[in-house]
Amino acid sequence: MDMSLVNVGMNTPAEESKRAIETIQFIVIRLGDEQYGIDIRNIDNIVRMQHITRVPKMPVYLKGVINLRGEVIPVISMRLKMGLAEDEFTKNTRIIVVKLDQEGNVGFLVDEVKEVVTLAVSDIEKLNYNANEEKVNLINAVGKHNEELISLVDLNAVSLEDN
Amino acid sequence: MDVSQYLEIFLDETREHLQNLNTQILELEADPEGEDTIKEIFRAAHSLKGMAGTMGYKRMQNLTHDMENVFTEVRNGNIKVRPDMIDVLFKCLDALEEYTDNIQTTADEGTNDNEALIKQLNEILNEKGGAAPKSSSSVSAVKTANVLVEGDRWDAITLDDSQVNVIKEAQNMGKRVYGLNVTIQESCILKAARAFLVFKAVEERGEIIVSDPSAQDVEDEKFDSDFTLIVLSDVDIDEIIQAAESVSEIEKAVGGIIDLEKNKHYKAGNDNSVTSFQETEASERTENVPAVQEQASAADSGAKPAAQAVPAKTDVKKQVSGKPVVNRTVRVDIEKLDSLMNLVSELIIAKNSLVSASSQEQVGAHNSFDEQIEYLESVTTNLHESVMKVRMVPIESVVNKFPRMIRDLSKKLDKKMELYMTGEDTELDRTVVDEIGDPLMHLLRNSADHGLESAEVRAERGKPAVGSIFLDAYQEGNNVVIEVRDDGNGIDVEAVKNKAIERGAITPEQAANMTDKEVIGLLFLPSFSTAKQVTDVSGRGVGLDVVKSKIESLSGEVEVKSTLGEGSTWIIRLPLTLAIVQALMVVVGNEKYAIPLGAIQTLEDIPPTDVKLVQNKEVINLRGTVIPLIYLSEVLDVESKKAENESLIVVIVKKGDQMAGLVIDELIGQQEIVIKSLGKYIKQCKFISGATILGDGEIALILDANALI
Repeated sequence: MDMSLVNVGMNTPAEESKRAIETIQFIVIRLGDEQYGIDIRNIDNIVRMQHITRVPKMPVYLKGVINLRGEVIPVISMRLKMGLAEDEFTKNTRIIVVKLDQEGNVGFLVDEVKEVVTLAVSDIEKLNYNANEEKVNLINAVGKHNEELISLVDLNAVSLEDN
Repeated sequence: MDVSQYLEIFLDETREHLQNLNTQILELEADPEGEDTIKEIFRAAHSLKGMAGTMGYKRMQNLTHDMENVFTEVRNGNIKVRPDMIDVLFKCLDALEEYTDNIQTTADEGTNDNEALIKQLNEILNEKGGAAPKSSSSVSAVKTANVLVEGDRWDAITLDDSQVNVIKEAQNMGKRVYGLNVTIQESCILKAARAFLVFKAVEERGEIIVSDPSAQDVEDEKFDSDFTLIVLSDVDIDEIIQAAESVSEIEKAVGGIIDLEKNKHYKAGNDNSVTSFQETEASERTENVPAVQEQASAADSGAKPAAQAVPAKTDVKKQVSGKPVVNRTVRVDIEKLDSLMNLVSELIIAKNSLVSASSQEQVGAHNSFDEQIEYLESVTTNLHESVMKVRMVPIESVVNKFPRMIRDLSKKLDKKMELYMTGEDTELDRTVVDEIGDPLMHLLRNSADHGLESAEVRAERGKPAVGSIFLDAYQEGNNVVIEVRDDGNGIDVEAVKNKAIERGAITPEQAANMTDKEVIGLLFLPSFSTAKQVTDVSGRGVGLDVVKSKIESLSGEVEVKSTLGEGSTWIIRLPLTLAIVQALMVVVGNEKYAIPLGAIQTLEDIPPTDVKLVQNKEVINLRGTVIPLIYLSEVLDVESKKAENESLIVVIVKKGDQMAGLVIDELIGQQEIVIKSLGKYIKQCKFISGATILGDGEIALILDANALI
């Protein structure tokens, strides 16, 4: 099998539930030079890059479908979605499989999965919507972590638009 | 206690019993003396009654009870089976089926009392000396005797102060406080369930303030055979007793007004009042008998209540529109489950061996790794087969109702006919079996109404007086074939042609050039009926087109063979299962695609010089037919690997009368593929019907040839 799994859950459930009240964990991913955070609760799986079967007549950012243990899952390029250059596949490229409310499992292509950070809810600042800028649309909040700012991506928004 | 968890089983078993009854009564009609048949009918009716009672479906229980009474008399030889009795029994079965349908959709049996039927049943009984009323009165006589002995059970209950206060208060407020002792039959298996139903029935009429043993103990079946209740109520004690006794397997219910003075634990026993209790008991009992008669007289005026019941019934229908409250189930042979279990354990063993093989990363370990993979492969293949088998059910459950239908049709149409069935044990996917009933029914009705000639014509043609309709099912490769055949008139091609011209479906010129097969194909057009008269059996112009579309929605096909004067055969071919299809794997550019075999006519190798331009479209002339070409590489936006001068590989596909040639780069071959959905996210692409996972884990998309043409 060519899809080895990367262990995501760093904390035991007990530990997590104790702190869940005031903190949220995010997976930090890299797209080009930028870093984004994805809420860990939405993530079903992270798999290594594998062959993506193209589906004709689809928007460019929809790269195709992959086989995840017998389930056919569509894969979306985060880069194209965010208005960045086309993906270059390296050994760090990962597909983050996210469970969306409406559409079930959807995979997102990212350049690299860096780390898991725990942010206190007080350190997360919600952004106001600005309908004119597409890129900001996907980013719904900014979190502070070790004096660094991390843009937090709302993946449900990624999928829902133009569908 | 909640009975809803048993609803599925109840429905399953009820349908089974009903089917059984249908079959057996048909047999009884053929052989009115058949002792085994009568016994079997009795047994099925009895189980039905018990089940309906357990689930609290009173109307169903009443009807089956009366049916059972009739069968009892038949079994004892007091009543002879007569044709009109069979008719009544069939009507009862229909009524029971209606109850069952209501229960399936709403979890409620509906409001139709079917009093007319009950009356008819009672008439059958009464013809032989009114055995039923006699027996019921004798039963109540027995009960009366028991009452006198155990009438004061409720006086033995220990009451605490608060309970005493409640009773006193209620009495002061003018409410009536009753004691009720209910005894359950020794033979009863689900005592707690019966007790629960009694509780429920009593609670509908009053408030239970004390229960001995406690309600919890009763629910847990921690009681012998009787329990005692103290009830606050506005209604008469008779009504409560009747309600309690209407629960089946209740031997008796005894009740009376509570007198606290008499309670042994409240004050020392008082012998005087006991006699007065016995008196009330006795009078209650005698009152009970007229009540039974009252019921009977209500049944006598059956016609009127039945008419009233009709609007009520339509009300119920309106509510129903939603989804059935009960999920569909498949009953699985335990052997199939065992084999599944075995395969899963083998799978685990195979996984473990793989784990150990990969951990011993030595050079020599490679062989064993391959061996394990092979083993794993064989296990998964078998596992897959077994799982598919679990989904398969014999078509028996659908075709079993047809003999009855043909019998009814025979009477209605006044034609003699007989249905012969073979291959009822042929298995199909549950989803297909559920859908196939209606189309088959249409075809059978069609054969009975249009196919078979009237008795005079048959005699004229020297055919046997009884027309034959055959229903044969058998497996053929990956398909299941169901044939409906009759020895009737066959399809009159000229009549169909004339009708089509009359309807404006074709012109006379077209008609002259049509082959017989094409003409027969016209029958499947919507709103086409050749029956000169519209009957309520068939001939309303809906039917064959519905049959065809239904079968096609199941990925099957219908074919007709007919010889005028000798009969016609309708052949339905269905795939064994919907999830797996045979497909042709092809390569376009460097991508793999699957084209389901069903749509494919032929594969052709066409030299580029044979491609012609007609109206600026590329076409080929294949054995006299002009077929347009569709370059898949263009449709799918991929670069074809083929050079200009290479010959074209063309897959000829057909949708109805239209043909098209799909140009591909390379053929891989035929393969059985498992259809997977692309998920909700991808929905725009109309010519991709799904995806499948290939042996190497890669995904190939499935092309919908119909959408491409």
